[in-house]
Amino acid sequence: MRSEAELRLRERLSKLRSMRLLSGARLDGELERLERQLELMQAEPTEEEIWRSVELARHQDRPYTLDYVERLFEDFFELHGDRAQGDDQAIVAGLGRFEGRTLAVVGHQKGRDLKERTARNFGMAYPEGYRKAMRTMRLADRFGFPVVTLVDTPGAYPGVVAEEHGQGGAIAASQAVMLRLTVPTVACIIGEGGSGGAIAIAVADRVLMQENAIYSVISPEGCAAILWRDASQARRAAEAFKPDAAHCLELGVIDGIVVEPEGGAHEDHDEAARLLGESVREALDELDGVPRDELRRRRRAKFRSLGVYA
Amino acid sequence: MSERIDVSIESKQPEGPSGKRHPNTCPVCESHYRDDELAEAVWVCGQCGHHFSMPARARVDQLADAGSWQEEATEIRSDDPLGFFDLRPYSERLVEAELNTGLGEAIVVGSATIGGHACELAVMDFAFMGGSMGSAVGEKFSRACDSAAERGLPLVSVSASGGARMQEGILSLMQLPKTVAAVEDMHDAGSPLISVMTHPTTAGVLASFATLGDVIIAEPGALLIFAGPRVVQQTTREKLPEDFALSESNFRLGHVDAVVPRPELPSVLTRLLGLFANAQ
Repeated sequence: MRSEAELRLRERLSKLRSMRLLSGARLDGELERLERQLELMQAEPTEEEIWRSVELARHQDRPYTLDYVERLFEDFFELHGDRAQGDDQAIVAGLGRFEGRTLAVVGHQKGRDLKERTARNFGMAYPEGYRKAMRTMRLADRFGFPVVTLVDTPGAYPGVVAEEHGQGGAIAASQAVMLRLTVPTVACIIGEGGSGGAIAIAVADRVLMQENAIYSVISPEGCAAILWRDASQARRAAEAFKPDAAHCLELGVIDGIVVEPEGGAHEDHDEAARLLGESVREALDELDGVPRDELRRRRRAKFRSLGVYA
Repeated sequence: MSERIDVSIESKQPEGPSGKRHPNTCPVCESHYRDDELAEAVWVCGQCGHHFSMPARARVDQLADAGSWQEEATEIRSDDPLGFFDLRPYSERLVEAELNTGLGEAIVVGSATIGGHACELAVMDFAFMGGSMGSAVGEKFSRACDSAAERGLPLVSVSASGGARMQEGILSLMQLPKTVAAVEDMHDAGSPLISVMTHPTTAGVLASFATLGDVIIAEPGALLIFAGPRVVQQTTREKLPEDFALSESNFRLGHVDAVVPRPELPSVLTRLLGLFANAQ
């Protein structure tokens, strides 16, 4: 899997290198970005670097879904509500134009200040949020709009009402919907990819991950509390289960790493958005022209191939 | 043994005075049984009706017609892709689980007939690392879906799981979409999934194939929850409803089709399989 992603990147790099001779300096930035991507791909992060990703993924100034949406999509129209129970603000969904074509966007949304954080429930969705995601993705499928999802959640909300409204079933159903779509789908982990709450909207043709994002089955604190009986061992737990982008790529769980601005995405939201946009465009270009049934077949085959057993 | 491994399992019963209860002692009414008595009663307490956890092989014996069971994918074992080491190496936990349960993994799959109806059967065992789902469980379940699809038969799954197997890191999370994809492929081939949820069916297994059953049946008193009750309690600081997340409240809220006591499962499954036998 790693070599497949690497091959795609190397091919683009060599193409670009030869083009540079013709079209000059404009491509230098692009070349630099791809070279940085290749570097990230071959990295073997240390325990410190893994923990740094955990901290940056949760950084309070990190760009959230709507920060990217306003920079990358024109005429964004937000869709509200699951048409049954309510409008979960921990997930935003909508239609927008990206480089001229209409896309559906679904993403977790965290808040900036205390009031918004509470309203957004810290990016932890109820089943209503996943049902809003599902109806948006079905809409996209109906009209042939590609789907882009942005993943950033500590996890699905663990509350009484969330359970009563069918949290487990909603997460399963959302994955099933994504595995039934016949439009191109791109997911990007932009912060915390927290377990079931993340995978519910991350079952895509291309799964990308920002270089300082994390993607894991349980939070480092949760893992430490259960396995070490001590939540303060979170750093050790993170080192053991390796939630960083380089390891996710090595295990075949993601298809590419998205470069962040120097120092992390929080340092420069505009540049972070530009870099994310480039990667999303590349991913969509790769999926262009693949017959609809074939997209679905390949997507299912890809997820069915994940895992290592003897 | 499983308590250190589960992601979100809790026993809904209080611990006995000594803290450890004999596995054959009923946690609700304290009745005690010999091994053969429990087996005879399909691990249901004769006094109060409490459903004990049941070994996967015993479950197969209970549901499959005598002599009909043919196990598949027996060679699949877990690997240790992360070289995971917490208080003990994952590889050591796997060996211990196999020795204790006599199973190669936390699920057994195979073909069988139930009440004369041919089907595929996938049964989980909570005693194998809390029934947690890693790559091997995901692969075996997926093969059961393929086997059902190829033969045009229903798949009956019996779940008992604490969720994803943390020791396999992100790959255990990937078993959610993997098993969901297998169910969707099976659905496209026209085979139904009858999902039987037993205590406990939680987290990653609840949030993947178990809730995708075309028909969902739960055993009485089973905990069916995405997050663990302790996590919910800590997050919300509310007093939890009396039967919170148990089969009965899940039935009331519309998440399962029927709550069926274990001794009645074979006849209920026979009826259902008969109805699906007329599917086109």
